[in-house]
Amino acid sequence: MSNSFSPVLTKRYGIEGSETLAVAEKHGVYTVARRALTEMTPDQLKDEVKKGSIRGRGGAGFPAGVKWGFLNPGPDNQVYLVVNGDESEPGTFKDRTIMVKDPHRLLEGCLIACKAIGAHKCWIYVRGELAHAIKVLDKAIAEARAKGYIGATPFGTDYPIDIYTHSGAGAYICGEETALLNSLEGRRGEPRLKPPFPAIKGVFDQPTIVNNIETIAQVPDIIEMGGDAWAAMSRLGPADGGSRLYGISGHVKRPGVYEAPVGITMRQLIDEYGGGMLNDERPLKGVIPGGSSTPVLRPDRLVDAPAEDHPLHAWHGKSEIDVPMGVETYRALGTMLGTCCAIVMDTSVNMVDVARNLMRFYGHESCGQCTPCREGSGWLVDLLDHMAEGKGKDTDTQLLADVANNMMGNTICAFAEGTAMPMLGLIRQFTDEFTEAAKNGTGAGRMDDSALALIGAAP
Amino acid sequence: MAFQLSPEQTREADEIIARYPTKRAACLPLLWLCQRQTGWTNDEVIAFVAEKLELSTAAVKGVVTFYTMFHEKKVAPNVVWVCRTLSCELRGAKAVQEHMEKRFGCSAGGTSTDGKFTLLKAECLAACGQAPMIQVNDDYYEDLTIEKLDAVLDQIAAKTPEGK
Ligand SMILES: Cc1cc2nc3c(=O)[nH]c(=O)nc-3n(C[C@H](O)[C@H](O)[C@H](O)COP(=O)(O)O)c2cc1C
Ligand code: SF4
Ligand code: FES
Repeated sequence: MSNSFSPVLTKRYGIEGSETLAVAEKHGVYTVARRALTEMTPDQLKDEVKKGSIRGRGGAGFPAGVKWGFLNPGPDNQVYLVVNGDESEPGTFKDRTIMVKDPHRLLEGCLIACKAIGAHKCWIYVRGELAHAIKVLDKAIAEARAKGYIGATPFGTDYPIDIYTHSGAGAYICGEETALLNSLEGRRGEPRLKPPFPAIKGVFDQPTIVNNIETIAQVPDIIEMGGDAWAAMSRLGPADGGSRLYGISGHVKRPGVYEAPVGITMRQLIDEYGGGMLNDERPLKGVIPGGSSTPVLRPDRLVDAPAEDHPLHAWHGKSEIDVPMGVETYRALGTMLGTCCAIVMDTSVNMVDVARNLMRFYGHESCGQCTPCREGSGWLVDLLDHMAEGKGKDTDTQLLADVANNMMGNTICAFAEGTAMPMLGLIRQFTDEFTEAAKNGTGAGRMDDSALALIGAAP
Repeated sequence: MAFQLSPEQTREADEIIARYPTKRAACLPLLWLCQRQTGWTNDEVIAFVAEKLELSTAAVKGVVTFYTMFHEKKVAPNVVWVCRTLSCELRGAKAVQEHMEKRFGCSAGGTSTDGKFTLLKAECLAACGQAPMIQVNDDYYEDLTIEKLDAVLDQIAAKTPEGK
């Protein structure tokens, strides 16, 4: 199925030394930036990115070309580019591969994006744990600066561009763009009320474009191939273009990061890329499709879209995991594509234990500014703890849903939705399991049954 | 004794401050620079950064308490973070944590009896496809088995001098 596709973004991943400027340049890196900076206008660049119809790779799937169009700087404004390398959404581990394996292509993307949006300064914000990736990037920046690609006169032009890394220090919420901007300003990473959106008033009160690492790293490919040709790699038509990184983790034989066209199916991701289920005796029970904030899918649940004008009509009666993975198709399915990194779970797993693991994460990471989020996430953890330990009540499943529902729509940032939606999704898809746990608990509460032998641990 | 940076680090700090339109923005990078020298972010570090950036100590303290990687208490020379979020837990993170607790003679949050390791629980470290995994100081150790884990810890322990 992946026959006619050859990787674009990851084509240098396997090349020894591709993180050095010499090797990267030998394989074509910086030729696009040179052309973009010396021969192309910002409007031409923005136009190609728009034609590429790249949906933001950070989770929300907003079209990057449209976002860039929101900028409307005044004469005294300084536009900034901020690249989001916080990569903290559980299950997500794709951006790190770009930073470590092809840092110069990312820098090339930063240079082109700066020119396109009128920025002279770019910060790459990387979560603090990825100290190694920061070192690799800093080295790449130093090399590119020494060569004159970054600095006062990139490629001999009079369009100065500076690029710096900025290290976070451990806080999931700093991935949220306004929290990230506060963190970059040296503050606690607490999200800001929107509007104003960053494109109007972002970091240091200046118009700011925030894009995900992968989004920016794909910009050189879009310019190189031309927006239309790049978009055409997608199997989902013109609104969701290109190829992208898919991650797969959990109970599969070959977890990892793979590049594929937009619009492969979850079944393909699991079977063709992930090598199938880890244990052949234990089939797929559920899959969290795009990072922990996205509602779970179940293979035995069929798409119900009899109406011909339903966006999923073409897949009516098929399994949820046979719907192509796209921003709009997944929204129609009642979930989200998110970061496009799937967590695969086999039949050994109890979904109440899954909820407990994830809600503990959210309870720990809520920044605490909004009462529904701070208190609600804590209540979810308490309820799930009780349930799992066999101390639940009949009414607990409903109570979980009520608490989750009350977290939505009442908060400063989308963290609360990102907590409530997967909670509600698990309850909706696996109601019986919650009802059962409320009665009898979940037993051992371990989820590594399928993997213990693999790591050589006593069962 | 008040905290000081070496002349070389001071140059580095000044270079960092110059990157940003406000002094305050250098807060996280400077805290990192100091913590890398002292091993933790104590009150002297906070006072130093506050003075350097013309901020109140309360402002800097507020930043320090927000982020989990700034250690407000003294830690062992090796900080081990064990990821226990879903992808890792599905692949044996609990067994990894239990094994280390036994080996170190402490539970998560504590320091090993030989004083060489502090064991902390982490949330998803963006290595889910290489689960189970741990981070020790700046380095990731991935696709762990119990055997590989012991080999990694043996090697680090051998390089770490005795003493609390
Ligand atoms: C709670 C929360 C956490 C987020 N974490 C990340 C993250 O780790 N990395 C990221 O790129 N975007 C993250 N986002 C999305 C960003 O706010 C923002 O939409 C994104 O960086 C924009 O880039 P894109 O349009 O290229 O996707 C997060 C959003 C929320 C609400
Ligand atoms: S929704 Fe939660 S994470 Fe977001 S600002 Fe409110 S308390 Fe903080
Ligand atoms: S869940 Fe452990 S690294 Fe992501």
